[in-house]
Parts: sequence; C-alpha cells; structure tokens
Amino acid sequence: MTAVVETPVINPVEPFLRMDRMPHIWCPGCGIGTTVNCFARALIESKADPEKLAVVSGIGCTGRVAGYLHVDSFHTTHGRAIPFATGLKLANPSLQVVVYSGDGDLFAIGGNHLIHAARRNIDLKVICVNNFIYAMTGGQTAPTTPEPATTTTAPYGSYEPAFNLPYLTESAGATYVARWTTYHVRQLTRSIVEMLQKKGFCLIEVLSPCPTLYQRRNRLGDALETMKYYKERSKTRHGAPTSEVGLTMQGDIVVGKFVDRDRPDYLESMRRRLAEQLGDKFAGVGVLA
Amino acid sequence: MQANPKGVLTGTHFLDGDQACCEGALAAGARFAAGYPITPSTEIVERFAWRIPTVGGMFIQMEDELAASIAILGAVWGGAKAFTVTSGPGFSLMMEHIGYAAMTETPCVFVDVQRGGPSTGLPTLPAQGDMMQARWGSHGDYEIIALCPNSPQECFDVTIRAFNLAEEFRVPVMLMMDECVGHMTEKVVIPRAEEIEIYPRRHTARGPGEYWPYETNGDLVPEMAHAGEGYRFHITGLTHDERGYPAMNAAAQDRLVRRLKNKIRAAADRLALYEEEATEDAEVVVVSYGITSRVAQRAVEMARQRGIRVGKFRLVAAWPFPAARLRELAQRVKVFVVPELNCGQMVLEVERAAAGMARIIPVTHAGGDVHRPETILEAIVEAAR
Amino acid sequence: MAKGFVCIQVERCKGCGFCVEFCPTRVLALSSAFNSKGYHPPHVVNGEKCSGCDLCGIYCPDFAIFGWKARASEGAAHAG
Ligand SMILES: Cc1ncc(C[n+]2csc(CCOP(=O)(O)OP(=O)(O)O)c2C)c(N)n1
Ligand code: SF4
Ligand code: SF4
Ligand code: SF4
Repeated sequence: MTAVVETPVINPVEPFLRMDRMPHIWCPGCGIGTTVNCFARALIESKADPEKLAVVSGIGCTGRVAGYLHVDSFHTTHGRAIPFATGLKLANPSLQVVVYSGDGDLFAIGGNHLIHAARRNIDLKVICVNNFIYAMTGGQTAPTTPEPATTTTAPYGSYEPAFNLPYLTESAGATYVARWTTYHVRQLTRSIVEMLQKKGFCLIEVLSPCPTLYQRRNRLGDALETMKYYKERSKTRHGAPTSEVGLTMQGDIVVGKFVDRDRPDYLESMRRRLAEQLGDKFAGVGVLA
Repeated sequence: MQANPKGVLTGTHFLDGDQACCEGALAAGARFAAGYPITPSTEIVERFAWRIPTVGGMFIQMEDELAASIAILGAVWGGAKAFTVTSGPGFSLMMEHIGYAAMTETPCVFVDVQRGGPSTGLPTLPAQGDMMQARWGSHGDYEIIALCPNSPQECFDVTIRAFNLAEEFRVPVMLMMDECVGHMTEKVVIPRAEEIEIYPRRHTARGPGEYWPYETNGDLVPEMAHAGEGYRFHITGLTHDERGYPAMNAAAQDRLVRRLKNKIRAAADRLALYEEEATEDAEVVVVSYGITSRVAQRAVEMARQRGIRVGKFRLVAAWPFPAARLRELAQRVKVFVVPELNCGQMVLEVERAAAGMARIIPVTHAGGDVHRPETILEAIVEAAR
Repeated sequence: MAKGFVCIQVERCKGCGFCVEFCPTRVLALSSAFNSKGYHPPHVVNGEKCSGCDLCGIYCPDFAIFGWKARASEGAAHAG
C-alpha cells in the first residue's frame, strides 16, 4: 500500500500574510514575528473575515506589522495609529479594527490618544508589543524601559520609573486587558480570539524580545535566552489587580487576563443619546453620504 | 454628480463665515468632522455637531489637533468625506498629517481660520500669517491646494470647491479663512441641491485582485478603494510603489514625489483661481486676498477717484499661485501693491512671478486688525508717482 | 509511525532556535549546515516523535516551519 501524505501545501498562516513582501525586516529572534504568527492563527481560529478586518499600525519595528498582514492595512504616523483607527472605525462600524504597534508608539507619543480612546470606549482591539525599548530608532529609552536598564539615551542606566501598561489602560476605561509574552503562544492566540469577540476598547500587552538592541545592550543574552526567562519567571494570575502587575528588570512577570468587563462602546452611547434627544429627527451616524 | 439634498440648507440666510463654511461642508457631502476647539474656528464644528445628527453622520471632538487631523484620514479610508477645522496653534500641530494626507493621497479638507501669531498670539483677532505654512508647513516636497474666501457667501461656495478639488486630485485642500471673514455676518444664498455640482470619489471600478492602490494607468491621480471592500490594500506614509508597498530607494522616491507634485502642477492654470478688475489699462495692480481684499477694494476706489489707473487682482486660490497670469500682467503693469495681514508672505510669490519686470510694494501688517484703506491708498499713490 | 509531520522552509529561517527549544518531543535540532543567508536552519532528528502539534509553527517568527497532524489514512513518511 502506498502511503498518501496530505501535505498542506502552505503554512496555514500564509493566506493572512503578504507573502510577496517576505522575508520581513525583523532581526533573527525578534519576537514581533511570533506575535504576528499568533495573530494570524487567532484569525484562523476565530474565523474572522479578513475582508472585514483592518489593521492600523504606527511607526516602529512593530509598526511594520500592518504592512505584512494581508488585510486592509494602514501604516500611519508615529503615535497616531489610535486616532486614525478611531476615524476608520467610526466611518465604517462593520469593520473589525485592530491597532498593532509598539510600546513607545502607543504609550509615549501616542499615550494621550490611547487613554482617550479607552475612556470613550472606542471599539478598537489593540496589540501592544512591548520590547522595553525604542527599537526602530536604535535602542533609546521607552516609557517601559525598566530601571536600571541601559539604552543609547540612558547610557548610565535608566532612572525613570516605567509605566505599568495594564494598570494605565484599565484606569482609562478599557474593557479587556491582558498580558502575555512571546513564550505564551497558545495563550496569546486564545486571548486575541477572545479580544476579537469583545466590544469596546481592548488591549493585549505582549512582552517580546528585541535581541538586537535591548537584550544585547543589557547583556541579557539572545532571543532564546529571553524566551527561557519568560518561561521561567512568568506567573499566570488571571484577574490580578493591575496595580500589582508592574514589571521590573528581569523580575517576575505576571501574565494573564486582568480585565474583562462590559460597558457601552462609543457608538452605542452616541446613538442612544442622540436618539433620545432628537427622536425621529435623528438621521443616524452613518457617514457614507 | 449632484449634492445630496439632505445636507443642503437651501434658502437665503444670514450666516457668518464660519457657519457658511459648515453649510458648505454639509452641502459638499462631508459627513465626518473631527476637531479640537480653538478660537476663532470653533463655530464651524459647533454648528456641525448641532446639524450633523439630523443630516446623518458624526462629529467627534478629539483630544488634540494631531488626533483630529488623522481621525479624518481614517474616516476617509473608511469611505467618508471628512474635514477638520482649526486655527494657528492647532494648524501647526496638524502639519505632520497634512504631509501624511499628501503622501497617501487622502482627499480631505483642512480649514484654518487665521488669527494673529506666532504662538498663541492674538486668539480673537485676524491675521493672514499662515499662508506659507499652508504651502510648506509639512516636511518634504509636496503640493497642496489652498483657497482663501473673502465673504460668508464665498465661505460656502469655496468650501464646496475645496471638497471637490480634494476628491479630484486626492490632496489635502486648505481653506485659509481669517478671523474677520469667519466672524462677519452677511447674506448667504444656498442653492438647491441639484444646482450644486459634486466631484465624486475616484473609486476604482476594478475588482479585488486587479487593483493596486497607486497604479495610475496613465493618469496622474490614482483610484481609491475603501477598507472593508475586499481589496486588502496597504497604505503607508513611507515612500511606496504602485502596490502601496514601501520602496526605499531614490528611484521610487523620484517617481512618487514628482507625480505628487505634477498632478497639481499640470492643472495649475485651471486651479489658480483669481478675480481681476480693471487690469486692462492699469499701471498699478493691487494683489490681495481674504479680508484684506475687501479693504483693498475701498482703497482702489479711492485711488480711482483720484484718477489713478489702478486695477485689482484677488487671489481666490493662494496655492497653486497664479504665477503665469501675474507674469503676463507684469509685462505692462508698473507696480504691484501687495497688502496682506502678515509681514510679507504672498508678496514673495508676486515678486517671483513679476521676475523684475514690475516694481513690488508690500503693505505689511503684523495682524490683530485690518489695514486702514488709507494705508493701502498711500501705497497706490506712491506706486503711481 | 509518526502522528504528525513538520515542514521546514529552510530559506526563510533565521536560526533563532525557538522551534528546537519549544518542541515538546524534541523532534528538531539546528543543523550544522547554512542556508543561503548564513543561518543554521532546524532539521528533523526525531521524526517518529512528531505529534504534529504545530507548536514550532506558532513560535517561528519567520513563518519558516509548521507541523500538521497525520490523518488516519496517512502512513509514515519522512518529515521534510
Ligand atoms: C513624529 C516622530 N517622531 C519620532 C520618530 C522616530 N521614531 C520612529 S519609531 C520610534 C520609536 C519606536 O518605538 P516603539 O513604538 O516602542 O516600537 P519598536 O520599534 O520598539 O517596535 C521613533 C521615536 C518618528 N518616526 N516620528
Ligand atoms: S531591532 Fe529589535 S524590535 Fe526591531 S526588528 Fe530587530 S529585534 Fe526586532
Ligand atoms: S509539530 Fe510539534 S512535535 Fe512536531 S516538530 Fe513541531 S513542535 Fe515538534
Ligand atoms: S523558529 Fe523559525 S526561524 Fe527560528 S530556527 Fe526555527 S524555523 Fe528557523
């Protein structure tokens, strides 16, 4: 009997990627690719319609994600992915809008937009790749850089306190907040699936190695060693109070789903208010004239 | 295409320039506005916020002008016609997204109701100090269109024109108002919807799979698609090729940047809108725009009463600048008098166009007030001497 | 008979070693050979143990490897 091996012709994630743009620009061992891999798998699992999904990125190594995903994708300006995505989502509420960007992009230059989008509860699904550094520009201090890590702009070590991203995001009003690392590929994938099913402002922080700039400069080994560190020092604590999940340099990492709650999203609140006030005169919020 | 009657407030009204601009935007089909409050422009979005729920669409007050200026671009890629409104300090914050709109060829309108600057300057008082910023404010080489109405009626008419040009050329169009025009109330006649011509979005007729976002097919302006329609396209502010993919080399840069410039330059004669009066036999021509053109009108009348052969040239479009026509005039006009509410901005363009053939007399003003007609008259008298 | 298979697209690999490290059954090892970009891609050293769990596939930042489960009708074959 001849054995018949039904080899899948291609990697299952390929239909979600712009294969004509491969290989991508990310360094060997860069975790961004792993997060994209999880994202693509989450799209498969959630049976999301790729034609009704748009990805918006800012600028940075992570900002390049939009350009590699085979969906409607927007590589915007540094820090402004969220307000762009806000306009896109409000103009076409039937779109699933995902914002995919770096920690500097989302929480430094774009921090104000992030907290306001969370406050308004705009229905955006944010994936924040946190590599503790400004990678694209060569390794400068980020709002997430832990003390006393060195960066090119903190050559003697950082002495600024870092942001606790889940705490900040929850406080601003997000309906879903989780943290994983690139080691937790299955959990991350599941979490993305879950987030895609939620309504409102959601954020997943993914800790990710930047071996080229962060780990190497701080003598923390290569990407694989970073993955092992994530494996060894991560503690899953679903529902942990976000005030307690701040990170330290090479310390324990609390991962899990921290926030999962419901409140009316921006469009729902807008519609309800205007209908209440205007009755029959309310012509709806559809912008397609 | 004709205007959608839903947004058209047909009739005769008394409106200030800000309100008329809002009505123009609604008539043009704008259904999404994002803004951040700033005097003296806020009335435009206040009216929009009040009107839009009964027309269908939305206004969102963003957390700052950076957000407002890119939220509208997101909305455009979602299928809307969109605009934002600001004044000096906010206009400065929007510059990065004017460049992004130019680079990504996102049709949109930026309204700047000019006030005295620099910095916080004179929040409630007029100026025309942002004219060069409108043209050159974002980094790199690009072209935009900028229009400068001088009455509430024109605020209505020119706003519609701004949206139409944005769609036709896929560029950000600046509507350069000033505090006086914005706050002056006059009669505004809004025609019936079927009398208002609308330039529709250049939406591609191709299906997914046969479409690339920056393929031009011989034209200088590519066709658009919107997110969610199945095209799965990519848009970036990086230098890109026809597919919309980043292309990091000098050849791609040259091809793209030159096309972005040429699509406007090739149409410059048609786009360079102006109004001329009594220039045929004029030895002096006053070149002005916006509120200053109305003061200049008075000065020109006074000069004519004194027997001076003076003509008037009013810029309705500041950019592209009507250099060709002014060059023609320079061959027989002795002097151009250029009053403006700044220390000399558009006068540089007049000088460039005149290329030494005619003398130039700037009549500068740092803003906060309009010129006295007599000041402009003095310059005309001196010019005619 | 292996329960699963793994496919390695050698030229896409950047040699990070994630797949090798996190394969639950230690099917893979980095080979001593280079691909054309100078990286050491993984190769199969314990094909029999492959469950087709595709964990290697999820970890790979370069989309260079994936695993799949054998159907009942599939016989043993080399993992390529
Ligand atoms: C307005 C503006 N300021 C600065 C930059 C330069 N810049 C590009 S990416 C970046 C930081 C990116 O860091 P992060 O968002 O953490 O992403 P990463 O590269 O680490 O993935 C900076 C400062 C820019 N492109 N635009
Ligand atoms: S510099 Fe760092 S973040 Fe950027 S691609 Fe390389 S490893 Fe990834
Ligand atoms: S599919 Fe699973 S068992 Fe097979 S090589 Fe990959 S990780 Fe190992
Ligand atoms: S995970 Fe991918 S890139 Fe890394 S060694 Fe394995 S195949 Fe190569």
